[in-house]
Amino acid sequence: MLALPAAPQPASRRQVFVGTAVAGAAGMMLIGGMMATWLKFRADAPVRESLKRGLIKDWMPEKVIVPEIATNLMLIGFFVVCVMAQWAVYSAKRNDRPHTGLALSVSALMTLAILNAQIFIWTQMGVAARDGAFHSMFYAATGAMTALLLSGLVYTAVAAFRYLGGRSKDIELLSAHALYWYFLTVAFCPVWFIVYVQK
Amino acid sequence: MSLIETHQNSQAHASTSSVSAWLTTADHKRVGRLFIGSGLIALLAGLVLAVLIAFERINADSYQILSEKSVTQVLATTRLLLTFGAVVPLLLGLAIAVVPLQLGARSIAFPRLAASGFWMWLTGLGLAIAAIIGNGGPSGGESDLVDLYLASSVLLGLGVLLTAISIVVSVLTSRAPGMGILRAPLFAWSSFVGALALVLAMPVLIGTTIYLYIDHRYARLGFGGNFGVNRWIGWSLSQPFTYLLAIPALGIVLDVVPTMNRSRLAQRPAAFVAVGLVGISVLSAVTQTTVTLPWEGAKFLDNAGDKIADLLPFVLLTVLPVLGLLGVFGVSLLTLKSAQPRVAAPLAFVLLGLLGILEGSAAHILSGIEDAGLSGTIFEAGTYVAVTFGAVMIAFGGICYWGPKLWGRSIPDKAAIPLALLGFVATLLGSLPYMVAGFADQPSGLVNGFSYSGAQDLWNIATCGGFVLMLFVTVAFIALALKSFTSGTTAGDDPWDGSTLEWATTSPPPVENFAALAVVGSASPFADMKSSTSTGKGA
Repeated sequence: MLALPAAPQPASRRQVFVGTAVAGAAGMMLIGGMMATWLKFRADAPVRESLKRGLIKDWMPEKVIVPEIATNLMLIGFFVVCVMAQWAVYSAKRNDRPHTGLALSVSALMTLAILNAQIFIWTQMGVAARDGAFHSMFYAATGAMTALLLSGLVYTAVAAFRYLGGRSKDIELLSAHALYWYFLTVAFCPVWFIVYVQK
Repeated sequence: MSLIETHQNSQAHASTSSVSAWLTTADHKRVGRLFIGSGLIALLAGLVLAVLIAFERINADSYQILSEKSVTQVLATTRLLLTFGAVVPLLLGLAIAVVPLQLGARSIAFPRLAASGFWMWLTGLGLAIAAIIGNGGPSGGESDLVDLYLASSVLLGLGVLLTAISIVVSVLTSRAPGMGILRAPLFAWSSFVGALALVLAMPVLIGTTIYLYIDHRYARLGFGGNFGVNRWIGWSLSQPFTYLLAIPALGIVLDVVPTMNRSRLAQRPAAFVAVGLVGISVLSAVTQTTVTLPWEGAKFLDNAGDKIADLLPFVLLTVLPVLGLLGVFGVSLLTLKSAQPRVAAPLAFVLLGLLGILEGSAAHILSGIEDAGLSGTIFEAGTYVAVTFGAVMIAFGGICYWGPKLWGRSIPDKAAIPLALLGFVATLLGSLPYMVAGFADQPSGLVNGFSYSGAQDLWNIATCGGFVLMLFVTVAFIALALKSFTSGTTAGDDPWDGSTLEWATTSPPPVENFAALAVVGSASPFADMKSSTSTGKGA
């Protein structure tokens, strides 16, 4: 067999970062596809007369009220996590372990707060999945988004354990973590607008 | 920081051959072989069901083997097995096993992700089949098993998605030093395009299936319950989604042809573009759009503005992927023209398989023209069979070609070439009669209760014969491969006089593929190396 000339050590090609970007794109396609189906169902819904808004699509039952403060707080929460995740990258690049740890902790706490808001919304709306197409699709769409949110929480935990456990030079993981949260925030924006604002 | 997987555990696993080592392996070559082996078994099962259905269609007056209640489920199982059970794992398996070798990498990116993708795919497929057998699945009568079918479809889709992510990241990050994306082998490129298409399309399928699952389990008010399953996710088992799954097969053609021709690929940039063009099918897959074109014969030029508005999406979503396939075919012919090719099994399989895919995709254009009246007819099944069998044939060619790298032994050409020819005949017999029957308005989705003037029996008998022949080819190929890979001739490291990096390592490769990383200076790095060595300039 012919021997190949040995190559120098290859430069890092940011495998985790690229992998996160690809996974984030997949997550966005998941939510994008679900929102497209949601819009199709809403567009195909018959028209009915609303007491407050005149002729509207018979999609979300009139008695269902979306707690908009909680939904808006969720959106703000996503942006806050992005800022915190980027702060973690900023601090880690300066070898500032306390602030990196603080940023990641706040990220995790904010994620829990978003999760809490989501559970609050489910409870307050009092929608039963068996009551209709809107109801089952509401849980499917928000449930899928919550699953992505939980994956973000796990990512934060892994990034924090690895960084605080001694891999303080591994900035790539923190960058990838921040990127994932950007993707999640972008994915949540249509959910917020279509499901909670436009209804 | 090196990102190469070099854990001692993986070495230990690869050095043993126990069952637990296979179950827990993260070695990309083993994961690839697991995919290929499982895919061949699923292909056999799918073909047996396809034969049953085709046999049932011969006598359209009464049921011979199947029953009225089971027809929809058997049809769905056949498509599931042939598409996600056979084409996907055969091509993904080859990509997982071979692409890192072609890239000069020591491992696939995220090897455990790829391994878990395999197990999720296998579990999802197994549960889906079990659910259908228990009267679940599309139009199934057992509510809980329909739920199980939907949940297992999500699992299957996640497995495919994770594996695809691993391939995409490998091509983007694990190429040898000096190997820009345009210097990557065509199979690596087509695997990248195909896997990226899956990354974009599978989440849409998963999202729709989640909707179906929640709706079926709790409400059954929006998606049509068990009868809505095929309507909402059936697009993943027909055109143009099958083009998307067949994209890696095009790279196999484009790698095999120049090697068998002992020349370099003609118009290499055009080949890259052609594979990318086929990737456009992902657009119609994710939007779940079926674009049709009203033709209206002589009145076609009336209302030209509206016609152009109809024509543009039709060209984009239906015609462009076919142009890509034609491009791959053209580049292959140009390459073959430049020298005398050696007649070998891989070449026979891939060229004849490509013809099958071309036949199916060209026919798919016809099905989009409204005036042809082919919507809802069995014509669609004909195009599906042509593309699927074509992709399977190319996968067989890939197994023959890279067999030495997968198992260390070769499949003899003398026995395999006749199988390639029979496979092509089977593709034609299994698809063309259905297309003809489609013009006679034989309905799709039915195996009974139809009648039309013309040679109805002939078309259905011919199709049944095609499926039986393909079943025979598959059984013979598996037997041949098993015999060759267990007791066949030991292959050399470079049995085909290849030009890409997978031939630069031993057959089969060691755990981490290469003793040293290669420096790449062209699209044919190993050919360059051999050339410079023979002229005395080598290192």
